[in-house]
Amino acid sequence: MIEVKNLKKSFGTNVVLKDINVKVKPQEVVVVIGPSGSGKSTFLRCINLLESITDGHVYIEGTDITDKKSDINKVRAEVGMVFQQFNLFPHKKVIENIMLAPMKVRNTSAAEARKKGLELLRKVGLEDKAEAYPDSLSGGQKQRVAIARALAMEPKIMLFDEPTSALDPEMVGEVLEVMKQLAKEGMTMVVVTHEMGFAKEVGDRVIFMDGGLIVEENTPIELFDHPKEDRTKAFLSKVL
Amino acid sequence: MDFQWDILVEYAPFFLKGTLLTIGLSLAGILIGTVLGLFIGLGKMMKNKFLSFPFSVYITLFRGTPMLVQIMLIHFAVVPLFTGGTNGIAAAILTLSLNSAAYIAEIFRAGIQSIDKGQMEAARSLGMTHVQAMRYVILPQAFKRMIPPLGNEFIVLIKESSLASLVAAPELMYWGRAMQGQYFRVWEPYLTAALIYLVLTLSLSFLLSRLERRLSTE
Ligand SMILES: Nc1ncnc2c1ncn2[C@@H]1O[C@H](COP(=O)(O)OP(=O)(O)O)[C@@H](O)[C@H]1O
Ligand SMILES: [Mg+2]
Repeated sequence: MIEVKNLKKSFGTNVVLKDINVKVKPQEVVVVIGPSGSGKSTFLRCINLLESITDGHVYIEGTDITDKKSDINKVRAEVGMVFQQFNLFPHKKVIENIMLAPMKVRNTSAAEARKKGLELLRKVGLEDKAEAYPDSLSGGQKQRVAIARALAMEPKIMLFDEPTSALDPEMVGEVLEVMKQLAKEGMTMVVVTHEMGFAKEVGDRVIFMDGGLIVEENTPIELFDHPKEDRTKAFLSKVL
Repeated sequence: MDFQWDILVEYAPFFLKGTLLTIGLSLAGILIGTVLGLFIGLGKMMKNKFLSFPFSVYITLFRGTPMLVQIMLIHFAVVPLFTGGTNGIAAAILTLSLNSAAYIAEIFRAGIQSIDKGQMEAARSLGMTHVQAMRYVILPQAFKRMIPPLGNEFIVLIKESSLASLVAAPELMYWGRAMQGQYFRVWEPYLTAALIYLVLTLSLSFLLSRLERRLSTE
């Protein structure tokens, strides 16, 4: 589904990803943890080319996205992304946020896109907010709309970059609930998060990153309860 | 100071004609300047430094020199170079357009760059092309922010169009000067011209603030 081979990324002389190799199987949920600045966001952003790749290859369903010939817009349409800061379009209503990409990228009719959008809003529990503007929503509601917006493209893969880090604590649960539901439906997911409960409940695998490298990867139970590397132990003792 | 109303009445038709030309020059400057400004602003934003450099130079030149100098150069040097003769109205429209394009380019650039980077990233991550993201996500938001500075620029343009009187384009200020020359009076022509300019700029501010309010409640 996703295969990352010898991925390297530098910003100028700052080498942020050193040599990343990851495979994600269909329907797998991979959780990425690690200290701030370790390159987690950059890693996710390389998977849909929001960052240009310095060296190495990323295959999405067999397509090498680093190949100049592959159509990156087509690949991105199959890979949904949810950001820490939501990034909803403030000039559009909630339902319009969701309808925009299907209509412009997939040429879906307005009626069809609206029907699908309302279905998705029902799924994330926000059907009554369809005609509201994003500014009037709480953080948790915004993030649920952002998830619905990404799902409207019917992606095969969903990337989440610390989706609950910008939220007040009482709103974290409602967003994680939606993500757990998605995982149960079989969505392939790569999630950067420090919500250990979420990782244990739905994560198939946890990757610990530090200094642009994958230091350790294992099942959630093994990694959290029996970390092998000192750096993993040190990090876990701080966040758990 | 005795205000001579009779010579004002005599000049009223000229002031009317002049006002119409002032409106015409300003409108032409605004329209052409906006279109040119959009392209120059986009040009300056190009990532390739060699391609964007000429646009930066253009903006620096037109913002860094007095409009009076620009209109003289264009009227007496540039226009004759192409047409063989001088034409005050053409020189005025050209100067106003080229000058305002430089300011409007900067307004466009600032407006677009003021939109959070996350907006472009969200749009692109949904599979939209760069052009689609600009068209449906970035520009509508940037446009709202550009209205107040664009409004300012349009008001400046109305006032600066008075420089056209110096190249014999028969707009409002031209007739004011003509009236002074004929009657050796200064209060009547220039107070009248000032009042008409004020009516024009205030009307435009009023229209713009209504547009702004309309867009903010949308
Ligand atoms: N656009 C950028 N330009 C320059 N440096 C960047 C950029 N984005 C991230 N970095 C650097 O890359 C490193 C990793 O950042 P990031 O991937 O955001 O880490 P994390 O998400 O794990 O906190 C940091 O040192 C950061 O300063
Ligand atoms: Mg990050």
